[in-house]
Amino acid sequence: MMHDLEYDVLVVGAGPAGSVTAKHAARNGARTLMIEKRQEIGSPVRCGEGIARAWLDELGIKPDKKWISWQVTGARIFSPNGSVVKLTEKMAGNEVGYVIERDNFDRALAEDAASAGADIMVKTSAVELIRKDGRVAGVKAKHMGESFNIRAKVVIGADGFESQLGRWAGIDTSLKPSDVNVCFEYTMRHIDHDPNFNDFYVGSCAPGGYIWVFVKGPDSANIGIGTQLSKIKAGERGAPKRYLDAFIAKHPEYAKGTPIREVAGAVSCCQPLDSVTADGIMLVGDAARQIDPLTGGGVANSCRAGKVAGEVAAQAVKAGDFSKRFFQAYEKGWRARFEDQMFRNWMAKEKLVTLSDETFDKACEVLAEAKLEVVNTLEILRLIQRKYPELIKEFEDMIK
Amino acid sequence: MAKKPVIDRDYCMHCGACVGCCPENALTLHEVWIEFLPNCTCCGICARACPAGAIYMEGPK
Repeated sequence: MMHDLEYDVLVVGAGPAGSVTAKHAARNGARTLMIEKRQEIGSPVRCGEGIARAWLDELGIKPDKKWISWQVTGARIFSPNGSVVKLTEKMAGNEVGYVIERDNFDRALAEDAASAGADIMVKTSAVELIRKDGRVAGVKAKHMGESFNIRAKVVIGADGFESQLGRWAGIDTSLKPSDVNVCFEYTMRHIDHDPNFNDFYVGSCAPGGYIWVFVKGPDSANIGIGTQLSKIKAGERGAPKRYLDAFIAKHPEYAKGTPIREVAGAVSCCQPLDSVTADGIMLVGDAARQIDPLTGGGVANSCRAGKVAGEVAAQAVKAGDFSKRFFQAYEKGWRARFEDQMFRNWMAKEKLVTLSDETFDKACEVLAEAKLEVVNTLEILRLIQRKYPELIKEFEDMIK
Repeated sequence: MAKKPVIDRDYCMHCGACVGCCPENALTLHEVWIEFLPNCTCCGICARACPAGAIYMEGPK
């Protein structure tokens, strides 16, 4: 029989956002519980598994061979006509790097949280919010068919793309179909591929998104696709998988391989939300829509936001103040770290999803010719503007 | 009667794509199954969003 529980901080969801939040709440003195609905933290994987390296230091996450699958020295972007833009690690500003084992990575972060003193319960779902004096004050939870209450001073919604906690608390996290990318991926063995590069294929092979080939070993890679939900028509069942299968069929170097895993999922690609907090609750990670809208990468931002959320949660406990007003310290903290970049990358995405294959070819041709030291969104836009100013008209404000 | 979303559990990968896309918060991802809640308006976005093609709309034309 499950008894009701009481904690200072309750974290719902044990992905990177949840574990980093739980770690920093616990290490700052808050009695912390993290719950995860799945029986196994990190599984099933829903991720392309490519991450940059630069941000790990900032969070004190030590690269570990337990979760590093492969290391690349650069990235390549393939335009529809096959022209290639090569980005070496130096050119990309240390933004390329590791391909990870996401399940092992998530478990390592959860172990960090446990080492910092957080309690963890798996196979435990939040089914409803508990409210007290007009604020969120815990959740009704379920474990192996038994219902019980978990009361907490601060609730953290780290429940991912499919987050419901925020919406139950009245925080508007709903997404327009143009701000959602739906994804499918195979982990494949026995393919032919240059193991030094993570590859990106843009254009009509992946409407409103891209196809990735992220290296996992000398002859293996994650080959996946993200497509913009607004570009999928009613009645088009399983569009991402069908686009990806068509791509692989056209590439003998991949078609010769064999899948050892299938992955499905979706990711938000929206502007920063106006608010990700309410009285008694803070949202972190994809639950807070903190994903980079251009790449769909969320691990780095989730961990950066999680550190701030954990620290602010612990401060709130010490101050005895669980109000939305107190949580502004978290809003300020995560926004200072990546809100501007999110907004710029959302603008860039909004433009990129409108481009024809022909325009992608032109843009890639300009970039392929250029010798860049550092590649960032602005740099790319400036370069394209020089040769094809009409492509960049809507971005003139951004590149002044 | 409008067409209703139906889920084929043989295809479902329990990824939660449908849940996050739902404008009504009318789906829940349990550990390995998806539940449609009574507030579903049959808008069909979940069927478009499903990466694996597990959800389809069924009913009179």
